Amino acid sequence: MEWDWNFVWEIMPTLIQGVKITILATLLGSVLAAIVGLGIALARRSPNKALSRTVGWAAEFIRGTPLLVQLYFIFYVLPDIGILLPPLVAGVIGLGLHYGTYTAEVYRAGIDNVPRGQWEAAKACNLSASQTWTHIIIPQAIPPMIPALANYFIAMFKETPLLSAITVLELMNQAKSVANTYYRYIEPITLVGAFFLVISLFSVVLLRWLERRYGKIER
Amino acid sequence: MTQWSGYFGLILQGALVTIELTLMGSVLALIMAFLAGMGRVSRFFALRWLATAYIEFFRGTSIFVQLFWAYFVLPFIGISLTPLQAGVLALGLNVGAYAAEVVRGAIQSIGREQYEACTALNLGRWQGMRHIILPQALLVMLPTFGNNAIELLKATAVVSLISLTDLTFQAQVVRAQTGNTLVPFTTILIIYFILALLISWGVRSLERRMARGLDGVRA
Repeated sequence: MEWDWNFVWEIMPTLIQGVKITILATLLGSVLAAIVGLGIALARRSPNKALSRTVGWAAEFIRGTPLLVQLYFIFYVLPDIGILLPPLVAGVIGLGLHYGTYTAEVYRAGIDNVPRGQWEAAKACNLSASQTWTHIIIPQAIPPMIPALANYFIAMFKETPLLSAITVLELMNQAKSVANTYYRYIEPITLVGAFFLVISLFSVVLLRWLERRYGKIER
Repeated sequence: MTQWSGYFGLILQGALVTIELTLMGSVLALIMAFLAGMGRVSRFFALRWLATAYIEFFRGTSIFVQLFWAYFVLPFIGISLTPLQAGVLALGLNVGAYAAEVVRGAIQSIGREQYEACTALNLGRWQGMRHIILPQALLVMLPTFGNNAIELLKATAVVSLISLTDLTFQAQVVRAQTGNTLVPFTTILIIYFILALLISWGVRSLERRMARGLDGVRA
């Protein structure tokens, strides 16, 4: 079987549509992962032992099991208890939860890296707990984490093809449906690979820039 | 009342396939990691370039796409793989690329004085690598290798999509036959988690064994 450029141009619009959904899922998933991660990191630091243990175990469990199975779980099991989610929403929740457990570690390291003196100074200035977090700790903790967070978002982008398993019409699913219609696999699947490679390489350039811009910790 | 014991046997068979895939994939990944990782610190330009190309390619595209490419596209250029072969190939090459960076990082983390001592003792490049550098670097690599092995275990869930009868595939079979979603998916989530715990426990005890007698040697 030969590589056919005409076929490539013919299927390109369909694939571009898939790319849009892929990018949308990645962006929404990243936002959710950033929020979930912060929630987990804060809960694990909570003085309430029951809360921090439970959240710690749950995060450990989510990190130790495959994303694909979690997606199936969200998409097929939740309807049994009356929660019916559209595929894309289920996919974004799955991505956000799974990567939230990873970003939680990034937040933890970032928060631990804020020097003790800052906490003590906040206390000396008579700031309340919430003031300390919003004005002192978070603003100093976030910038050094940005490259590490971006790294996980790129990893998440590469996991989005899994969403095709729960019928989200993203890049991989569009390619599969095209391949099954024309019974030609070489072009669609190779193109999917090429799309991913190109977008990943671009994001690596972006990541390097982020590292230069935010990676240095000024002491 | 559904006869769960028979279905549970089915899931156990799936667990065996998952374990087999994880083991074979890990072996391939380990080989590729050392080949590419040492290639990246080679003094030959061609080898360095080849290793970098391999690593960037397999880290830049998603495991899912690589698997589909191995299973659906390779037959058209005359290489027909069974689902198991395609699975092991894709998993091993993908995780191998990540682990190669671990190998490179560990080799470069060994202090300059060790290399200078090798030169002073008149060891050849290969001798120094084999007897001095690698034994120390191995200990640095081990924890991250453990994480990579868990990533590989989780990635094996994807092979269910190319009709390999692993845990996730069997759970889908059970789901189709019983109409019950909660029980099979919860069961396999727990099995995956136990396997992940086993890996991290195994790596930790291996690390303790290898670190024996090295106390105080490492800075």
